[in-house]
Amino acid sequence: MTTFGVLTVALLVTLAASLFLGSNPVSPATVLQALLDPATDTEAIVWGSRVPRTVLGLLVGTALGMAGTVMQGQTGNPLADPGLFGVSAGASLAVVLGVFVLHVNSLGLTLALSLVGAVIASVVVFGVAALGRDLASPVPLAIAGTAVSALLGAVTSFLVLNDAETLEAYRIWVVGSLSGRSLAEVGPVVLLLAGGLVCALVNARSLNNLALGSEMARGLGESLTRARLVGLGAITFLTAGAVALAGPIGFIGLTAPHVGRALVGGDHYRLLPASALVGAVTLLACDVVGRLIGGQAEVAVGVVLAVLGGVAFVVIVRRAKLAVL
Amino acid sequence: MNPALHAEDLTLGYDRTVVLDHLDLAIESGTVTTLIGANGCGKSTLLKAFGRLLAPTAGTVRLDGTPLSALSTREIARRLAVLPQRPLTPAATSVRDLVMRGRHPHQSLLRPWTPGDADKVAAAMSATGVADIAHRDVNELSGGQLQRAWIALVLAQETSTILLDEPTTFLDLAHQLDVLRLVRTINAERGSTIVMVLHDLSLAARFSDRLVVLHDGGVLADGGPWDVLTPGVLRVAFGLDADVIPDPRTGTPLVVPLEPSPPAAPAEARADELQTVA
Repeated sequence: MTTFGVLTVALLVTLAASLFLGSNPVSPATVLQALLDPATDTEAIVWGSRVPRTVLGLLVGTALGMAGTVMQGQTGNPLADPGLFGVSAGASLAVVLGVFVLHVNSLGLTLALSLVGAVIASVVVFGVAALGRDLASPVPLAIAGTAVSALLGAVTSFLVLNDAETLEAYRIWVVGSLSGRSLAEVGPVVLLLAGGLVCALVNARSLNNLALGSEMARGLGESLTRARLVGLGAITFLTAGAVALAGPIGFIGLTAPHVGRALVGGDHYRLLPASALVGAVTLLACDVVGRLIGGQAEVAVGVVLAVLGGVAFVVIVRRAKLAVL
Repeated sequence: MNPALHAEDLTLGYDRTVVLDHLDLAIESGTVTTLIGANGCGKSTLLKAFGRLLAPTAGTVRLDGTPLSALSTREIARRLAVLPQRPLTPAATSVRDLVMRGRHPHQSLLRPWTPGDADKVAAAMSATGVADIAHRDVNELSGGQLQRAWIALVLAQETSTILLDEPTTFLDLAHQLDVLRLVRTINAERGSTIVMVLHDLSLAARFSDRLVVLHDGGVLADGGPWDVLTPGVLRVAFGLDADVIPDPRTGTPLVVPLEPSPPAAPAEARADELQTVA
């Protein structure tokens, strides 16, 4: 079976697990019945909780896996993750400002705020980088991203640590969770994610050229500014959408591309879809584990990812010789 | 007929440093030209300007008669290929995947990969002798194999002009010869115009139709190997005292550096002297 076949089967298995397993024990027959006929879903566990978080896991995992791949390809840095462009930090600050200043408590508004924050942050990062010599080199972009992230993070910490109410709202959001969203809220974000997906796929060929160094890429007729802009669009849309839906979930953006590269190689036409599948499988699997180990309380997927994902990544690094960018 | 590349009144530099000042140089089509000169003389800078990787401070570079500035980067890439000094070796990529990227300028979203592209990639790999290692990861290749793979990529680009920036750096002598023979074969079989930068003067003389010596912001000497590689030119360009003798095999100039007189004493003798002094 091909690598993509295995990944697809893995995705189907985790999707099923996400629908059929949970902290509320519901028999598989009941779940199936509820899926086929929503009217029988009396306690709304299936359609109210499991379906949304399964869809969310699929979307967020896919988005983060792809965003991380574009990010690493654009910067040529194997440690780059979507947080590096200041996207997560911008989203976090916007959410905190919303709670602190505007006393926002609706999910829809939080979502909108995190989107705006993410987009503004990445535009600022790109602008600061573009003030320098040129965009041919990935280094100014990475430095600007790190600096802006640090600045935004400091402001966020200041606000959060000074106000108990804000801290309370922030601490739930910042862990990263797939629960508590309805399908109706997911709708608008899907458009954004689709935009990011298209940008990422259009960027695949440029990423292949950029992997040869910026001089070689230009020699091959690559327009570097356009390649950077499309890549930035992909990273911003995908990360902003993911952060808005589930909070700043780390780790997947960093690791999914590495696993993908070990599985299918460095060609971005194959690597982007592979990393997307790896991201979705990882996130869904960790979410299911979080539901099962915590009893009724559940453990947020961000926490499970940090623990399980960390261990899994060390094992992968030890076993497979990871391709160096 | 227009020269393949033509630098007209070209001034190049970085920030405020001028590297080459009002330079005129025409590269005839179908020839192998090598730029030589001391470190920092502007060889690589000129090659970058020829390959539109560096915008001129003043003046024009023409490719087959058309100013580079009037062509899109993709149009240039269909006519001129550049192999930089240190391209990045991509992660987890096979030789074939690497060579395939040379087809990029001929493809678009609406005209993706075609069987014709596959033929050109296969031809480029067999011409450079990397067809046998097509499925190896480029990160596992020896220096000589990797350089052949890069040249295969450039060949797959199917351009009439090829720029090579120090294509023999990091290679042992046998592999340097191997790459330069390959360059001559490409020139002979495809009629490609080749401009390269080399450091080894005797090898440059052996494999080039024409040598151009850059010095002090301009062209110091320009012509056939025997016209250019004279002791006088070497002294000015490199501050090097050398004899130039005919290579016993090829008849091309062979540069033999002279030791400063009196010749330095062997290391052992010097050590004895030091002990005596102590």
